[in-house]
Amino acid sequence: MTNSLWKLSAIALAARVHRGEVSPETAVEAGWEGPAREWESDVHAVVHSNREARFAGAQAVDRQGPLAGVPVLVKDNLCTIDYPTTCCSRILAGYRAPYDATVITRLRASGAVVVGKGNMDEFAMGSSTEHSCYGPTRNPFDLARVPGGSSGGPAAAVAYGLVPVSLGSDTGGSVRQPAAFCGVFGLKPTYGRLSRYGLVAFGSSLDQVGVFARHAGDVALTFAALAGPDPYDATSRPSPAPDVSAWDTGVQGLRFGWPANLWAAGVDPVLVEALERSAAALERAGATRVPFEFLPGEYGVAAYYLVATAEASSNLARFDGVRYGHRSADAADVRALYTNTRSEGFGPEVQRRILLGTYALSSGYYDAYYHKAQQARTRIRHAYAQAFTRCDFMLLPATPSLAFRLGEKTANPLAMYLSDIFTIGANLAGIPGLTVPTGLSELGLPSAVQLLGPEDSEPVLLRAGRTLEVNGDLTRLSRDHPVEFEWPTRR
Amino acid sequence: MSIDEQEVARIAELARLEIPAGDKAKVAAQLSSVLEFVATLGQLDLSGCEPTAFAPAEAPLRADEPDSRRLTPELATAAAPECEAHFFLVPPIVENVNP
Repeated sequence: MTNSLWKLSAIALAARVHRGEVSPETAVEAGWEGPAREWESDVHAVVHSNREARFAGAQAVDRQGPLAGVPVLVKDNLCTIDYPTTCCSRILAGYRAPYDATVITRLRASGAVVVGKGNMDEFAMGSSTEHSCYGPTRNPFDLARVPGGSSGGPAAAVAYGLVPVSLGSDTGGSVRQPAAFCGVFGLKPTYGRLSRYGLVAFGSSLDQVGVFARHAGDVALTFAALAGPDPYDATSRPSPAPDVSAWDTGVQGLRFGWPANLWAAGVDPVLVEALERSAAALERAGATRVPFEFLPGEYGVAAYYLVATAEASSNLARFDGVRYGHRSADAADVRALYTNTRSEGFGPEVQRRILLGTYALSSGYYDAYYHKAQQARTRIRHAYAQAFTRCDFMLLPATPSLAFRLGEKTANPLAMYLSDIFTIGANLAGIPGLTVPTGLSELGLPSAVQLLGPEDSEPVLLRAGRTLEVNGDLTRLSRDHPVEFEWPTRR
Repeated sequence: MSIDEQEVARIAELARLEIPAGDKAKVAAQLSSVLEFVATLGQLDLSGCEPTAFAPAEAPLRADEPDSRRLTPELATAAAPECEAHFFLVPPIVENVNP
């Protein structure tokens, strides 16, 4: 029994715990037993975990909670009392937060068990999980390739079957891009819907906690458990979160935008074909295609790498060797303490972004860079708002390419930044986005598409995501479908 | 817009980072290539576009409420590399005038 539990969806696993057929302890350990050890040693998705903490978590489970007994891996930038929180940076080596992030508190209150911390690019700055002080995570479908980033660990863990659900964070695509590379669902919610309290800040006006899962229904279940106002996050929305319980009701009568100019050039033909197949599936299920032109993604990338780095240079000023984390042993005065601690503790990509952000905010350059980027952000927001007067959601690529090779883009930061060209706009506009897996290419690598909608359109995105999960087959939409089809794992 | 090594040194000073002399040219080239790309924003018509600092909030910031959770001095200083009696310790800030 234990041996097949790891294949279950979170919904199915929680149902077995509700009925008393499976204990939370067994449910939580299912993914960690047997061949998972070999998978984990190859993939390296997890940076902090231990059996004692998992067992203690399982014993405390509310057995009737919506996520009863469901093991969840969370990105290493979400504060947890029971595991270190290091953002995979030397500067936070050994740090333990004195409190749980709000999303962690809500996970636990829903019956889920936090089983450990997932690998990531240092401080969420990267698109490949190669910039981690613990070493890279590898793509479970091809160990020579990256899982995407920055939430590569949580994405890969769901893909190879360690856990059915994981949490990441998405500042410019850090949930949706690795979800695409690893062949799983990845939701970046509307800005302000999931609390940022206890999420280590990178770009505060862009950061949003996101959800990975293998099934659209599991994303909906987890979103429902986590979303809603939080008095500890001044940017959380005060109104109730949208109701996503109708995720299995199809797309009859909905209109989807088709901005084909975005993939006219520079997108892998495998992904263009995935878009065509997905559009056909949505049409079979009763949705209507609305073609239009949309603002090219390059502008978003340009604005983003000023706004995000400016905010990062300010947010990361707190890491100075005084209150937590690494402290340089070699400092004669307090100024040297700051400089030496930060130079020793931050990796090259983080330093590069702090420098860029400091430059954009510095005297004489503020108007030319930061101010202009904020104006461009307004322009981009308007473009989305206009598009959503014509359709209920947009269909577009999640990434320009399939998973790339380790080392392929590390020497060229700009090339790495451009791998987020289709995801960044949603962060600038504060709108939700969902990556939907569409199968494996001839190379055996996952392909995916992305859905974007206006603020609070999570219910629509999940209905469309579920429709694509069943390939437009309306008879399989039901959550009670007896056979939950299997995702293409290599484990 | 390109950045030279001197400019890299100036920004690094502001950011409290030390870039090794041998790396400055590489960092300057990398930052320059990003800034060159960022210049594409000049192609956008931004007239009438007010700057957006945050994604639009649906309501103004709420009033603060008293917090029942308390971080004790012990917990607040527990992760400090050096502390004494719940104070954070740092190296001298001013020169010792009375050695």
